[in-house]
Amino acid sequence: MILTNIESVPGMRIAKQFGLVSGSTVRAKNAIKDLGAGLKNVVGGELKSYTELLVEARKEAVARMEEQAKKLGANAIINVRFATSSITSGAAEVYAYGTAVLVRQIED
Amino acid sequence: MDLIFILTLIIVTYFTGSIIEKRHFKNIIKREKALINKPIVSFGKRGFGKGKKIRKVELVTGETVISGDYFKNFAASLKNFFGGRLTSFESVLDRGKREAILRMREKAKGASIIVNTRIEYVMLNDFYMANSVPQCAIIAYGTAITYER
Repeated sequence: MILTNIESVPGMRIAKQFGLVSGSTVRAKNAIKDLGAGLKNVVGGELKSYTELLVEARKEAVARMEEQAKKLGANAIINVRFATSSITSGAAEVYAYGTAVLVRQIED
Repeated sequence: MDLIFILTLIIVTYFTGSIIEKRHFKNIIKREKALINKPIVSFGKRGFGKGKKIRKVELVTGETVISGDYFKNFAASLKNFFGGRLTSFESVLDRGKREAILRMREKAKGASIIVNTRIEYVMLNDFYMANSVPQCAIIAYGTAITYER
């Protein structure tokens, strides 16, 4: 599945449009690993375990969006946007949304 | 007793915080120099593909979670009283943004340009606790375009 965050897939034309598809996930941190991050908070810098959490959440949200698009018969999603919000301390939601389309090669 | 504990924490985190920050900035600058030619990061939607054949289009993302330290919090709470720029936190956000954009570029191997780059932020901690150190998750994403040679 092709994903872009602009209004088209460059080099291809849009044959059919299916509307909005989206995927979201909320991830919370393991309480034991959170203690380590709490310590890192005092010292500062990048929190690697939280970053992995965010990467997982993003992959999951995009996968759910692709699954929805596939069910509709699309082969690409354009105008993909991410939105994030904090649910509770240490948990964030990643929401990915876009327009599912069917694209074809431009016949010269 | 409590006051002595807090004071030692502030002094210790001042030193550890500035060491970590310097190291991080050095690392960021090194990687930015290595990637100086490609891919170009563009925040606009146009200005690509004029008369060139496109080989691959891909959505690339870079994520990072960054937090301040106890000393920064202390310095910011003082500055809050008088108003003005919180330069202690500006460096934290700057590092986070540059790190996220660098990771996005490193993932887009071989691409010539990344168009329509967006940056999303979310704060991960609870503000209702006094003295809670802010943690920020940053996602940078864009469309990586590779031209046909």
